[in-house]
Amino acid sequence: MTDLPEHMDPKRSFQALILTLHNYWADKGCAVLQPYDMEVGAGTFHPATTLRALGPKPWKAAYVQPSRRPSDGRYGENPNRLQHYYQYQVILKPNPSNLQELYLGSLKAIGLDPLLHDVRFVEDDWESPTLGAWGLGWECWCDGMEVSQFTYFQQVCGIECSPVAGELTYGLERLAMYVQGVDNVYDLNFNGREGEEKISYGDVFLQAEQEYSRHNFEYANTEMLHRHFIDAEKECLALLAAGAPGDNANQMLHKCVFPAYDQCIKASHVFNLLDARGVISVTERQSYILRVRTLAKACGEAFLLTDAGGANFGEKAA
Amino acid sequence: MPDLLLELRSEEIPARMQRKAAGDLKKLVTDALVDAGLTYEGAREYWTPRRLTLDIRGLTARSADLREEIKGPSTKAPEQAIAGFLRKAGLADISEAQVATDPKKGDFYVAIVSKAGRAAEEIISDVMPGIIRSFPWPKSMRSGFASMPKGSSYGGIEGKGSESLRWVRPLQSIICTFGSEHDETKVIPFEIDGITAGNVTYGHRFHAPDAITVRRFDDYVASLEKAKVMLDADRRKDMILHDARDLAFASGLDLVEDEGLLEEVSGLVEWPHVLMGTFEKDYLEIPAEIIRLTIKTNQKCFVTRPQGAEEGLSNHFILISNIDAKDGGKEIIHGNGKVVRARLSDAKHFWTRDQGDLPDLGTLADSAKKFNLDLKKPLDQRMAKLDALNVTFHAKLGTQGERVTRIRALAKELAPIVGADPILVDRAAVLAKADLRTEAVGEFPELQGLMGRRYAGLQGENESVAIAIEDHYKPQGPSDRVPKDKVAITVALADKLDTLVGFWAIDEKPTGSKDPYALRRAALGVVRILLERNVRLPLLATTKDADLLSFFHDRLKVYLRDMGARHDIIDAVLTPETDDLLLVARRAEALTSFISSDDGLNLLAGTKRATQLLAAEEKKGTVVAEGVAEELLKLDAEKALWTAIKAASSEAAEASGKEDFQSAMAALSKLRAPVDKFFEDVLVNDEDTAIRANRLALLKAIREATGTVADFSKISG
Repeated sequence: MTDLPEHMDPKRSFQALILTLHNYWADKGCAVLQPYDMEVGAGTFHPATTLRALGPKPWKAAYVQPSRRPSDGRYGENPNRLQHYYQYQVILKPNPSNLQELYLGSLKAIGLDPLLHDVRFVEDDWESPTLGAWGLGWECWCDGMEVSQFTYFQQVCGIECSPVAGELTYGLERLAMYVQGVDNVYDLNFNGREGEEKISYGDVFLQAEQEYSRHNFEYANTEMLHRHFIDAEKECLALLAAGAPGDNANQMLHKCVFPAYDQCIKASHVFNLLDARGVISVTERQSYILRVRTLAKACGEAFLLTDAGGANFGEKAA
Repeated sequence: MPDLLLELRSEEIPARMQRKAAGDLKKLVTDALVDAGLTYEGAREYWTPRRLTLDIRGLTARSADLREEIKGPSTKAPEQAIAGFLRKAGLADISEAQVATDPKKGDFYVAIVSKAGRAAEEIISDVMPGIIRSFPWPKSMRSGFASMPKGSSYGGIEGKGSESLRWVRPLQSIICTFGSEHDETKVIPFEIDGITAGNVTYGHRFHAPDAITVRRFDDYVASLEKAKVMLDADRRKDMILHDARDLAFASGLDLVEDEGLLEEVSGLVEWPHVLMGTFEKDYLEIPAEIIRLTIKTNQKCFVTRPQGAEEGLSNHFILISNIDAKDGGKEIIHGNGKVVRARLSDAKHFWTRDQGDLPDLGTLADSAKKFNLDLKKPLDQRMAKLDALNVTFHAKLGTQGERVTRIRALAKELAPIVGADPILVDRAAVLAKADLRTEAVGEFPELQGLMGRRYAGLQGENESVAIAIEDHYKPQGPSDRVPKDKVAITVALADKLDTLVGFWAIDEKPTGSKDPYALRRAALGVVRILLERNVRLPLLATTKDADLLSFFHDRLKVYLRDMGARHDIIDAVLTPETDDLLLVARRAEALTSFISSDDGLNLLAGTKRATQLLAAEEKKGTVVAEGVAEELLKLDAEKALWTAIKAASSEAAEASGKEDFQSAMAALSKLRAPVDKFFEDVLVNDEDTAIRANRLALLKAIREATGTVADFSKISG
C-alpha cells in the first residue's frame, strides 16, 4: 500500500476505498461483480445475493450496489442521510469459519488499526420482510459507529439456506466519512485529488439528492406507480408461469427466473416510492409487503429448479 | 479428585443471552454427570462475549459399579409371566436367574443385574455432544461447511444440512480437559461438525491473537488474564462501574447509573476500558430523557450529571471500549463523540420537527373535525394524522382513531364521577395518543406520554391536559406512580377500561403466564386508581361482563393482600356482584380494625356460633320462624338480645347507608354483650317447637344484622 500514490489512499479517496475493498476480496477468491442495473433498496436484492444464497452450490462474490431508500431523502440538507447511497456487498457461501477474521482484515486494508480503534460485534438480527429472509449476526462498530452489517443467512425467499451464506454489507459513505475524518457526507473526497482536480461527493450527488427528494416526496405520480406495481406483479408471475418446468423429462428445469425476479425487484422499489409519498396506510403497507414477499418466494422456489439453483447438483457430485 | 474444564468459544454471543447460557451449561452438564452416576464437589460458570466456561471441581473419576436385584415371579408362574420377567431383567434364559424362597410366596426367581461403573472421561465424551446440539439458546443458527446439504462435502467437512449444529453464532473451538490437581490433565476429544475438543483457546481478539494451551482452570484463567481477557463478568461489571464513577467524579460529575446498561456493556467487552467523551452543550436543550435514551440505546454509553444535581445532564458521557488503545483512547473518544453528536443531532431534528407543521395538512380536515382539533397546533396535527392513517390498534378492535373515540366517550361518562372538568377531560382524551405519531416516540416508544406532555406544554395546553397526556398511562404496575390530577385520573381510567372491555369482548384474556396486552397490569391500574384516589365507580355501568368483574375482584384481592389485608376478610366483604371496589376496600378496612378489637372478636365468635347453629338446623329442616315474635320471647336474655338487635340493625344500616363502616361496626359491637348473655342463659332447642322456631329466628336476625356489613361466616378464627 505504501507504493500507492496519495490519491489512491483509501483514507483520502472514496473511490480508492472501493478499489481497496475490490482488491482485498478479489484476493480472497470472490468474483468481483458490477452493480445490478436496477433500482434496489439494498445490496441484498442483487440476484447475486438473493438468488445465489439459495440452493447447494458454493458461491463467492463482491460488488458495490447503489441503494435507494426513497423515504431517507433529506433534500441534501442532512449530513448523514441519503436516499441514494452505496453499499459494498460480500457474499461467501458456505461461510468460511474465519469470516470474522477476513472481515477484520478488510478493515485493516482500508487503514483501520484495531489496536487504535474499538471494533465490536454488536447483536443485530437481520430480517427482510419483503424478501422473506432472515439471519443472525451483528452490527460491526468502529468507535461506536456502525460501519457494516454481518449476517449469516438462515432463510431467503422463505427457503431454508443450505449451506448458510455469510453476508457482509459495508455502508461505504459512513466508512469513508470515518476514515477521511469528515462530518458531512457531501464533503467526502471522491477522487482523492486536491485543489482544482478534486471531485467531492457533493459535486457528484448533491444536486441529485435534492432532485430525487422532490421526486420521492412531492412529484412522483402515484397513480402511475400504483399501475407499475400491479404490472410488475403480474409480469413476475406470468414469467414464472411461462418458464415453469414441463412434464417431460427434457423440461425438468425452470427457464425464466432472473427476468421474473427483476419484476419482483421493480415491485419492491415502486412500493418504497409509494411509501415515501405517504399514500400507503399502515394496513395497506402490510399487504404490499406480503405481495412482494409472495413474488420473492415464488422466484426463490423457481430458482431451485435451475442449474445455478443446484437442480443438478447431486447428479454432478455423484 | 479430578477437575473438569470446559470452554465453548464462539463468535460474539449477544450480551443479553450470556448469563443465562452459562447457567444453562452448568445445569445441563452437572445434571447429566450426576444422572450418569458421578458426583462433584463444586461447579461454577463464567462467560465473556466469546466464550462460555464451566469449572467443575472434585468430580469422581468413575461411576460406581451397580448391582441390582430384580424380583421375579414364582417359579410356578405361567410362561408369559416368566417371559415378561426375562425381558425386564434383560436375561436370555431363565437359567441365568436365581431362585429365592419366601415363607409366604414360596420359591420365586431373582435376577442379579450388575452394571460396571464407567470412567468419567467416557461419560463426559458421551454426554457433551448431545448437550451442545440441543442447547436452549433463545435463537440459534446454522453455519459453515457443515451446513452443506447432506450427501455433499466442502473443505473436507461433511455436509449435515438441517442436522448441522445450531449455535447462537458460529462455534469456533472447544476445550475439554480432565485431571486431578497434581497429574497432567487429559483432553477428552469429543467431536461436533468438524470441531474436536482440545486444550487450546485464544485470548483477546486484538491484543493477544495467538493460541493458548491450557491444562486446568487455574492456568486457564491466568493465561486469559495475561491475554487481556477478564473471564469473570461480575469483575468486569465491578471494574466498569468503579472506573466510570471515578472518571466522572474527577470531572466534577456523577455517573447516571443504569444496571441494565452495565450488565449489557459488561457482555460486550473482554477487556473493559472506560473513557469519557463530550458533546456540544447546545444539545442539552433536548429533553434529558431523549438524550439519555439516545446515548444508551444507540451507543451503549452512560450519561452523567453535574455533581449533586437531581436532574438535568452534563455534556459528558462515559463509554466502555474493548481495547487498551495505543494512543490512550484518543481516536476512540473522538469517534464515539462524532457518533453521539450525529445521534443527538438526529434527536434534535425530530424534537424540532415534532413542533412544526406536517406537510399534508389538507388531507387531515376530516379527522380534525371528528376530534375537534385545531390544525394550527402541532400535536393536534399528529392526532389528526394518526386517525387519517387508519393505524391499527388491534385487528379486532379497530384503529387508533376509533380507540380514541371510544376513550373519549367513556371519559365523558367518567368525568362527573371523578369530579373532573369535562372540557379538559375531552381535550386530554383527544390528545392522549397523539404523540404516537411524533418522531420522538417513533424512535423511542418508551417515551410515549412523556413526549406528548412536553409538546402539549409547548403548544400552550392547560396544565391538567398536559399532565393527563403523560399520566393516563399510569400506574404501570404495583410500584408506579398513580395519577393525582382529576383530569389524568379520568383519562387513565377510560383508557384502561376501554382496553379491558375491548379485549374481553374479543375473548383475548390473559391465560397463565401469557398476558401479551398487559391486561393484568391495566386492571391493577384501575384498582389502584379507584382505591388510592378514592373514586367510587360502579364498574357494572361500564361492563356487564361478569367474568371481567371477577377479574377485577382477583386483582383487587391481590392488591389488598399486598397491602396486608387478610384474605378471609376480603372474602367476607366481597360478593360476586360487588362492583364498587372502593367500597370493598373501605369495608375490609373497617372490618379489619373491628375484629382486632375485643368486642369484635367476641361478636365474631358469637355470630359464628349463631350462624353455625342455625345452618345446622336449617340443614336438618328444622322450622325457623318468619321473623321474631316478641310474645314468644320468654327469657330476659332473649328479650334483651332482640331489643339490641333491633337497635343495632337500624343503627348499622343507617351508618352503612352513609358508608360509614366504622360506625356500623361500632353499632354492631353493642351486640357483643347481649349475644354472649343469650348463649349463656338460653337453650335454643326448647321442647316447644314454636319457641325453638322463634329462637332460631333470633339467630337469623343476628346473622342478618351483621350481614349488612360483612359475611362473618367467611372470617376465620
